[in-house]
Order: sequence, then structure tokens, then C-alpha cells
Amino acid sequence: MDSYVAALEAKLAEATGIKINQMANAASEGAAISEQTDFIKNIVISDGKAQAGIRNPLIAKVLGSIKAETGQDLKYELPKLGYEYGQLEPTICEEIMRIHHSKHHNGYVTNLNAAVEKLAAAERAGDVNAMNQLSEAINFNGGGHINHTIFWTNMAPNGGGLPTGELADQINTDFGSFEAFKKEMCAKSAAVKGSGWGWLGWNKTASKLQVATCQNQDPLEATTGLIPLLGIDVWEHAYYIQYKNLRAQYVEKIFDVFNWNNVAERFAKAKK
Amino acid sequence: MVANLPACVGQKCVGRLSIGSDSPRLSISEAIVFNGGGHINHSIFWTILSPTGGGEPTNDLASQIRLDFGSFEDFKKNMIERSSAVKGSGWGWLGWNRKTSKLEIVTTQNQDPLEATTGLIPLLGIDVWEHAYYIQYKNLRAEYVERIFDIIDWINVA
Repeated sequence: MDSYVAALEAKLAEATGIKINQMANAASEGAAISEQTDFIKNIVISDGKAQAGIRNPLIAKVLGSIKAETGQDLKYELPKLGYEYGQLEPTICEEIMRIHHSKHHNGYVTNLNAAVEKLAAAERAGDVNAMNQLSEAINFNGGGHINHTIFWTNMAPNGGGLPTGELADQINTDFGSFEAFKKEMCAKSAAVKGSGWGWLGWNKTASKLQVATCQNQDPLEATTGLIPLLGIDVWEHAYYIQYKNLRAQYVEKIFDVFNWNNVAERFAKAKK
Repeated sequence: MVANLPACVGQKCVGRLSIGSDSPRLSISEAIVFNGGGHINHSIFWTILSPTGGGEPTNDLASQIRLDFGSFEDFKKNMIERSSAVKGSGWGWLGWNRKTSKLEIVTTQNQDPLEATTGLIPLLGIDVWEHAYYIQYKNLRAEYVERIFDIIDWINVA
């Protein structure tokens, strides 16, 4: 059934040219589903053209996720790293960290601010169409901002080792063992076609941990309903200078710098 | 990519039904589009580059570009903008639309092959996957896309 719904969502997005959130296989709750239902019902088709009648719920979801993570609203900022660019060596080299943070992440923040400014203007003018045309830019740049913000905190100079306590227990419950979890996380992250992210997420409705992947900068929670705990950036810019085409090797080595305290903190918060 | 292609062609494959890969048939056709597309796209790409490339097209191709874009400069500007703006991984293409008898600039995601995806005939492609430029140009995709015009083999494109 899930793949049937996914097929419908994809075809609808293609046919209408509207950014329809792919919610099949999502751990989304009732409110998110009925919001999405309303959005789809309010798409007006006339003269072979489709136009969304109400604001795309994806916009609020993405901006809401950013606010929850960073406290930022309307004006977004590049977060400082908790460590120097060179401190994740030899796992991730200084050059990658510097360009990744100060150029790529910074670019998403700049473009997000520009998009949100246009959104505010469209809102003032009551122009639903103009607002919705910004869905893609907000999803992409907003996603880029939140994904990288989480990612920097998932790593630390004295990282690595194994998780402990409740997080370790939950991993054992949902994956069988840490090794089984690591194997799945590495395999799925490496297998992303094109650019994207691998995630360990918390499924609130099912009360379990899951490994999921997203394309491009699609933010995990807005896209799937899963709460992001730990991410691996598999865009080529995240590893190419150092690992070249050996994405699988990068994805395995990055476990050497994971900050399990941070992941455990996120897990504790997600479970509440 | 070429290594992955024979493995899935060997099995019985159905045409692309949908996105979503919890069915083995769907993941096979996805793998074919991705790896087959990668093979076609790169095969074309290597031929449109040349050590003696650069300059501008001439004759029929040049005329058609002027007709459909106004000028070579306008075409180049458009091609650079569209290719640089691809979200994530993908390609920028100059393609031929047989139905309208016009040149068009189009972008595709990941390794989606131009003709199978859009019906346009690929004439010139620019790979904007980060692996195509990152070691040298780092994050400066727009610079790479502009510079690559220095080695385009217009004879092949023509």
C-alpha cells in the first residue's frame, strides 16, 4: 500500500508542478496527515493547469523544525562549530570542514534568509501562489540549514566509541546490536542515489529507532515525521576532497568522530 | 555504474512503475535508470569535450542557436545559470526537441537520461555532480560551468 501511495504522490507532484511532500512510509501523525489532505484537496485544476489554493504545509513544517532546533525565526544565522575546523582530523580534514561550514552551510543560510523575506512580502500581499512558489527554496535551503546544524553537533574531536545507557539499550532493542545498526546505517547512507543524507531517527508513533535516508536537503522530520538524532551527509562535498569516490569508506570512518552524548541527549528529548 | 548495469539487465525487468523501492521489480528498474543513465550520460560527456575545444559553434548549429536563444552569449548565460542551479546532483543539457524543431536547455536530476526522461535529444551535457569538479573548483560550481566552455568540442555537438 505504501508504495502505491508513494507512486500517487510522486505522479501528482509531477503532474501539477507543485511541491507535494512525500508522506508515504512516513511516521507522520494525524494532524500532519489531515493538513496534507487539505492541501491536496485545495489544489485547483483548470485549463489543464494546477494551482495550490492554500499555503503548502511543508513551509510551516520546515520553518518550525528550524525554530525548534536553533531558536531562530525569520532571521537565520550560521551556527558556530563547537570545535576548530582541523579538530576532526584524521577522519575529516580541515579543508573539508572549512569549506563545508563557511561556504556550503553559509550558502543555505543566506538563501534561506532571502526566501523567507520574499515569503513575508507574499504573506503581506495575501498572495498564496507566490508563497507556494517559495516552497522548494524553503525546503532546500531550510533543510540545508537544519541538517548541517544537527550534523555539526553530532561530531566531536573526542568522539567515537559506543553509545551507552538508554540509547544503547534502544539500539539493541530495535536493531539487535550496535554492529547491526552500524551496518544498516552505513549501507543505506552509502546507497543514496545522488545527493542526500543518512539518518538515525526516532519514530514517535511506533516508539522505535529507524534508519532512513533523504534526498538532497529534504529535512528528516518535515519529510518523514521521524525525529533526527544522528545524520551522515553523503553529498559529495562532505567527503570528496579526502575520500574521493569512496563514499562507503567515509561513511564507515565517520563513526570515529560521532558524539554519542549529543545523540543520547537528542534521543532523551525525542522520547518525551 | 557500468559494473552495476549488467547485473540488473540480466534479470527480468519491468518498465518504470513508480518511485519507491520496497518491491524488487521497482528497485531493479530504478537501478537501470540510475546506472544506465550514468553510462549514457558520461559516454556522451566524454565526446563533447576535447583538448582542442573551445571557441564557438559555426554553420547550422550556430544559426539554430541564434534562432532559438537570440545569440550565443544568451545561450551560454542561460546554460550556465540553469546548470549551476541544479539542486543536488544532476546535469545541464542542450537538447533538440524534434516535435517543435527547437533547441532547448533542460536540467535533469541524478543520472536521469535526457531522452528517456524528456524526449529531447542530448547534444551537449554538463555534469554538475560535485565529483565532476570538487577537487579542483571546490564549492564554486558556477565557475566550473563557465570554464568548461573552454573545452567544448563544437564539432561533436554539431
